[in-house]
Amino acid sequence: MSIPSDLKYTTSHEWVRVEADGTVSIGITDHAQELLGDLVFIELPAVDGALVAGQEAAVVESVKAAADVYAPLTGTVAAVNQSVVDAPELVNQDAYAAWLFQMKDTDAADLAALLDAAAYGQIVDAA
Amino acid sequence: MNKTVLNEIHRQSGARMVDFGGWDMPVNYGSQIDEHHAVRRDAGMFDVSHMCAVDLAGADAKPFLRRLLANNVDKLRQSGKALYSAMLNDAGGVIDDLIVYYFDDNRFRLVVNAGTAEKDLRWMTACRDDWRLAVSLTPRREGADALAIIAVQGPQARRKVWQTLPECRAACETLTPFRSVAVGDYFIASTGYTGEDGYEIALPAERAAVLWQALNRAGVRPCGLGARDTLRLEAGMNLYGQDMDETVSPLDAGLAWTVDLTAPRDFVGKAALLERPQRHQFLGLLLLDRGVLRAHQAVSTGGGDGEITSGTFSPTMQRSIALARLPLDAAVGDSVHVTIRDKRLPARVVQPCFVRNGTVLV
Repeated sequence: MSIPSDLKYTTSHEWVRVEADGTVSIGITDHAQELLGDLVFIELPAVDGALVAGQEAAVVESVKAAADVYAPLTGTVAAVNQSVVDAPELVNQDAYAAWLFQMKDTDAADLAALLDAAAYGQIVDAA
Repeated sequence: MNKTVLNEIHRQSGARMVDFGGWDMPVNYGSQIDEHHAVRRDAGMFDVSHMCAVDLAGADAKPFLRRLLANNVDKLRQSGKALYSAMLNDAGGVIDDLIVYYFDDNRFRLVVNAGTAEKDLRWMTACRDDWRLAVSLTPRREGADALAIIAVQGPQARRKVWQTLPECRAACETLTPFRSVAVGDYFIASTGYTGEDGYEIALPAERAAVLWQALNRAGVRPCGLGARDTLRLEAGMNLYGQDMDETVSPLDAGLAWTVDLTAPRDFVGKAALLERPQRHQFLGLLLLDRGVLRAHQAVSTGGGDGEITSGTFSPTMQRSIALARLPLDAAVGDSVHVTIRDKRLPARVVQPCFVRNGTVLV
């Protein structure tokens, strides 16, 4: 199971990546996709919608279960990844390439408060 | 946690294990969907040794089952024939669903669900003692005489079993559905829980690992309980504890075809069923929009509300399907709505058998 060191993480198994233009990409971790199994349905938030950190933002469903994806940060939805809606299995194939949605207008302090790879790894190991 | 004799092999094969009714069982070996397709298109195998075979022997074996089971064992006339039945309580609720195999009037085998086996045995023993019948009940899940059960299912299942067990071929080649034959230590039945052809093979537990690995070498893919659930749902087969339980009448769970109310024979639960006729239709749902139907979601129909008892994404149909308990006037072809989170999505009522022998039926 992989936990890239250049990403930030949440206790609810989202990963967060700051892109070159300052937008923030969000997905679910490799651990989360492995727990869920084959994904078959993904519902993403509305573009331009406002999200509050900790709020339900998306839903990922596997054959066996549905799981909420929470907004890791407060901000605005800048974009959603239509390709994972069309082919949810992309998340199983590479959880860190298959981002779900992007946010803008986020706060740098909120971002800094997220888990680093080592801290997230400890959460996974303890589970 | 209980373990089957194949537990170590599952772990070595990279299975993701889950607690299934107190049993440490493989849910998948990587991809549940790939395993599902293997059974529909080729051959897959399931370790179902957590299910419990119970051997019945004695002069009263047949009268005992005539009274114990909602289906009628009088239908079993040929040695090896199998019958699906519910076992009811006095209120007409389902204690368990099971398969009964007939050997002769003094010898039968029941195969009951894993999580209910102990409850079933207590119930059967109490009934036997109460009715003062001469029949022994011997569970075969533990101890020196323990059996393992491997279900090999799929269009190529039979061929791959013959290749693996050539000595059994002659005896099991001619088995039509719902029959069984004993060949040496192997008990081979043409039953299953996937809607595909195949065998369920019971054998001494200590020989299970050798057979499992030989089947694997013959190209039979190990499949977990995840695929078993999507396969049985596509086949429109009920899951005990989900589609029915002790509070549900078999008539409201699509099992009326297994309940014999017309014959003069009396059985446990019959009076309750006669007193309380069917109150629900048990039918299939096909989701017309994107999303996944799940157990306990509400269904709005023209004639009132219903509830999904099992729902999933069908890998064969590439859309979501469900089994649902609906109002009595619901019928195949009706347009209904299912509430998924905060949305009402359109669905169509269909016959609950979605896929059979690789073919989509709805």
